[in-house]
Amino acid sequence: MITLEQVAKTIGELPILEAVSLSVKKGQFMCLVGPSGCGKTTLLKCIAGLRTYEGKIRIDGRLSQGINPKIGYVFQEFSLFPFLTVKGNMEFGLRIQKKPRKEMDDIVASLLDLFLLQGFEHAYPHELSGGMQKKVAIARALATDPEILLMDEPFVSLDAQTRNMLQKELLRIWNKTHKTILFITHNVDEAVFLADRVMVLTRRPATVKEEFLIDLERERDRTSPEFVSVRKEILKELEEEYVEQVDRGYKGL
Amino acid sequence: MRTHKVFIVFVFVVVWEVVAVLANSRFLPSPLHVGTTFWNLLSSGALFRHAAVSLARVLAGFLLALAVGLPLGVLMGWFPKMENLSVIIEMLRPIPPLAWIPLAMLWFGIGFQSKAFIIFIGAFFPILSNALLGVRETEPYLVEAGRVLGASDSQILRNIILPNSFPSILEGLRIGLGIAWMCLVAAELTGLNPPLGLGYLIMEARDLGRADTVMAGMIAIGVIGYAMNIALRQLEKRLVRWRP
Ligand SMILES: Nc1ncnc2c1ncn2[C@@H]1O[C@H](COP(=O)(O)OP(=O)(O)OP(=O)(O)O)[C@@H](O)[C@H]1O
Ligand SMILES: [Mg+2]
Repeated sequence: MITLEQVAKTIGELPILEAVSLSVKKGQFMCLVGPSGCGKTTLLKCIAGLRTYEGKIRIDGRLSQGINPKIGYVFQEFSLFPFLTVKGNMEFGLRIQKKPRKEMDDIVASLLDLFLLQGFEHAYPHELSGGMQKKVAIARALATDPEILLMDEPFVSLDAQTRNMLQKELLRIWNKTHKTILFITHNVDEAVFLADRVMVLTRRPATVKEEFLIDLERERDRTSPEFVSVRKEILKELEEEYVEQVDRGYKGL
Repeated sequence: MRTHKVFIVFVFVVVWEVVAVLANSRFLPSPLHVGTTFWNLLSSGALFRHAAVSLARVLAGFLLALAVGLPLGVLMGWFPKMENLSVIIEMLRPIPPLAWIPLAMLWFGIGFQSKAFIIFIGAFFPILSNALLGVRETEPYLVEAGRVLGASDSQILRNIILPNSFPSILEGLRIGLGIAWMCLVAAELTGLNPPLGLGYLIMEARDLGRADTVMAGMIAIGVIGYAMNIALRQLEKRLVRWRP
């Protein structure tokens, strides 16, 4: 369970986050959408303990201080260690925890199965496709079995087919592992397909603008009237932010 | 590709031969003449003795540069405060290593230490700045990826920064070794004790007006420098298989 109370963040003179309050229940899948540059990555890094901030962030009711082993993180960038193989990347967190060899091997083997990456354990990241690299990055975050998974636009820059496939795989893994997931995306379609709840953030400084409960049976049909109508509503909220951004831009001229 | 290179060397030798015949000067010996001298130097063991002494000097200066430059470069890249040192480094770097020769002679005389010092100066800067660059150019998200996986500062340095900068570090070693080799020969052109080394061989031959020995010595210097460069490139390929 993640709880944010009045979280704020300023870099230099620039306010990035303003009074962000939200909570994600255990086992819930929440998506955050917001205009680009609004502060989504910053928010996620605050939760992960990678940034300082004002306000309170609690993980399972306890005030968060620094890095928390309960949290796994998937970066917006292609962030695999280029000098380690797939196996080496998946093992990284386990090595830090000084897990015995046998246990590491078992975990890596099960992750390779889970992500359908068998046979690639000795490949280096540059030998993998973009989609596979994203899968390994998710596997690396899952290896230490964190309760919470923070994902920053993990499927951005992939083609639509790969993206749809990975979305389904993620839901399959979520069903299996019951992780709490906080997932950032630009893509409203992706948010509605994946999430139990979708939070729309305002333009910078980001704060919660609107919340949507997606009470649709999975696996969701992207063309069903219910799906399309929620999608429209969220898009409308999001577009307001872009329009205001543009308006303000003109006034600034 | 290979036959191409052989052909180019062949053309070079032919042009040399023609020019030598036309010039008909004792100071421009023909390739055959130089080849014979080279062979004689080689078979008498003289070339080997000179080269061994030169290599020992290079190795000493180079290892010293490695021992100081590598850790200093890594620390300067890692600790923001250490970076202020770069003011001094950037001022010393443009001074050609050979400009240090007079000071080296005053400090260390004309023996082994003096030569090793010049080589140290030559190899030090590329080793340092490539290590510094490698560390500084490690993407911040790789460091953050380590942090969220629970790595401590020293684990991040050892398990992320160092391996990620390894190609850059090796590159620095290769450049440093090349410069060290060039500095050595120049340093040996000045006074020497003991009177050995490829640079010394060349200077002595000049005094005797033996252009063929000068050229044979130059060829030895070129071949050894070339071989060291190739060897380090091969090592790089072997050790850095993870690079695209
Ligand atoms: N270290 C920093 N120094 C100064 N400004 C920063 C820094 N990091 C982020 N910012 C600014 O903070 C704002 C929010 O950045 P952030 O990366 O959180 O946005 P985002 O919502 O994730 O954007 P995107 O959708 O493009 O990924 C941006 O305007 C950015 O310029
Ligand atoms: Mg972002």
